[in-house]
Amino acid sequence: MAEETLLTDDFLRQLIHVGEVDILVGLRTHNNAKTIEPVIRAIQAGILKCFPRERSVIVNADGGSLDRTQELIVGASIDDVWSVSKVYALRTLHSISTRYAGSPEPGTALRTILAAADLLRAKACVVISPDSTTIEPDWLQRLIRPVYHDNFDLVCPIYSRQKFEGVLMQNLLYPMTRAIYGHRVREPYASEFAISGRLATDFLTRETWNDERTRIGAEICLTIAAITGNYRVCQSFLGPKAQPDRSASDLVAVMRRTVGALFTSLDSNFPLWSTIAGSQPVPTLGSQSEVMLEPVRVNRKRIREMFAIGVAELEPVLRSILSASTLSELQRIATLEVSEFNYPPDLWGKTVFEFAASYHKSVISRDHIVQALVPLYRGRTLTLLLENRDGSGEEIERKLESLCGDFERLKPYLLEVWADRK
Amino acid sequence: MREIIITELTQAFQDLARGFAHYLPRLIVMLIIAFIGWVIAYLLKLLARSILRLTKFSKLSENAGATQLLNQAALPSSTELLSRFVFWVAWVGFILLGVSVLGIVALQEYIAQFFLFLPRLFVAMVILFFGLLAATFFSRAALLAAVNMNFRSSRLLSISIRIIISIFALSMVFEVLGVAKETMLIAFGAVFGAVMLSLAIAFGIGGKDVAREFLERRLVTGRKEDKEDELSPL
Repeated sequence: MAEETLLTDDFLRQLIHVGEVDILVGLRTHNNAKTIEPVIRAIQAGILKCFPRERSVIVNADGGSLDRTQELIVGASIDDVWSVSKVYALRTLHSISTRYAGSPEPGTALRTILAAADLLRAKACVVISPDSTTIEPDWLQRLIRPVYHDNFDLVCPIYSRQKFEGVLMQNLLYPMTRAIYGHRVREPYASEFAISGRLATDFLTRETWNDERTRIGAEICLTIAAITGNYRVCQSFLGPKAQPDRSASDLVAVMRRTVGALFTSLDSNFPLWSTIAGSQPVPTLGSQSEVMLEPVRVNRKRIREMFAIGVAELEPVLRSILSASTLSELQRIATLEVSEFNYPPDLWGKTVFEFAASYHKSVISRDHIVQALVPLYRGRTLTLLLENRDGSGEEIERKLESLCGDFERLKPYLLEVWADRK
Repeated sequence: MREIIITELTQAFQDLARGFAHYLPRLIVMLIIAFIGWVIAYLLKLLARSILRLTKFSKLSENAGATQLLNQAALPSSTELLSRFVFWVAWVGFILLGVSVLGIVALQEYIAQFFLFLPRLFVAMVILFFGLLAATFFSRAALLAAVNMNFRSSRLLSISIRIIISIFALSMVFEVLGVAKETMLIAFGAVFGAVMLSLAIAFGIGGKDVAREFLERRLVTGRKEDKEDELSPL
């Protein structure tokens, strides 16, 4: 088995000490000491409150934290939670931690957690982000219950978000996954999710882990594996998503993890997705997504400038990726001022599909193709900002639905350029 | 007197006939070698073309920027050019092999030199190809990174990287070929040194205020502004 080489001897000893479990809670960390304590408390409270009879374990896969993250997780006492919740667990709640080999990488951390779940024969495995400062104890119930009691194999989250947060998710990952694989999963790249033991075991044997492009985006590959493997997928509403630290986000790295992995998945799944038309909803527990209308401060002029410079400077690169008509349309948009700027959804869909086809054909280095999409994504972001400046939640939702419809309508175009790039 | 002339003429004709009889079989062997060489070279050309097509060499060449250069020079495609190269090298090799059969002492040395030169020519071509490939790859990588970091002169940076790597590859090619070795080394050193010196002077003396402002903007405020303009993608 792969886990024999993946898991260290010390970690294996810890797992043997824990024994078989019903629920495994996975935490992937790397220098998360600032936020980890409330997350651990919420997890412990959630287990005590909703699953007091189940054998549970918290497994931390750490990428080499230097800020005592591991100590905080292993040392978190459950006594405080008991005194607050007045509920006592009927089983011991173990907390174990391991430092996985290699550089910090969410994909390797996930693999470690899934391998632990496989070894401990966990019926349900839930992964929680260490940055989720808005986590409530109920999140565990909402994620685990569908797997543990209703035989679902993958539970993806739905959050209430600020209207301009999750732009890549709403403008590319969700519409494209939906159009390609025919399932309306709102968060195909989830930071919190639950999976069944059998899906975890199956996913561990996939090729995903051997290719760096898919390994770094294992979350989206997991969603795709569940859909294409005919596993039972559902969504569960959790609540507000924690506001990420904007200064810490590296857009190019995010694009590699998400868009790169999604594009790569198209190669091996072509026989499957090429026959799918339209999309179907997946069972959703709790509310549908909610949009919060808090204002956001962004320099629109600067985003327009970054888009225009990108289109101008990257012209030779874009010429090898895009069709002549799409490129000339982008060049026209790049001349528009902020007040009249508009990157329409159908052109955005065409752009993304032409990028996917060029990625498939490796017209240039695949990593360069993903990087070349970044300035164009900024242009689409600007349109979103301008369109939805005063938009209500319903309007934003309607526009998102329309964008998804455009992606689905353009799928024959993807098949066309896939076969023979225009 | 008359007899002497006749004897000498007869002797000369006999020598000529002997010489001709001596060289004719060798000439025939040379022609046969040249013909067989042509057939083998043609077959090698077909084989090379098939292998290059199977390995999608044209795509690699396109990525390296070699196709663009060839188009601009109105030359055939890289696959065609390389298979022709294989043909000519093989055929010329066979012709020279045939010529060596003639036993002309003066030519032997040149023929030996040609065969010694072939491996170096091949290595030089490989270096040139991979040099162009590296120049295109790294200049494109620099362009993308610079654009995504909102760097103002990204195209200039990219072109500079391409030129530096290309010059470096060319100097290596000339060194391998042994052509104007020292001139190339000096020229490369002079060009590279001049570029670096002018950059140092421009930033260090001529535009120290601009350079300071530029660096502050890029490394301190610029980064912060860029990040703040980034909405959470996930």
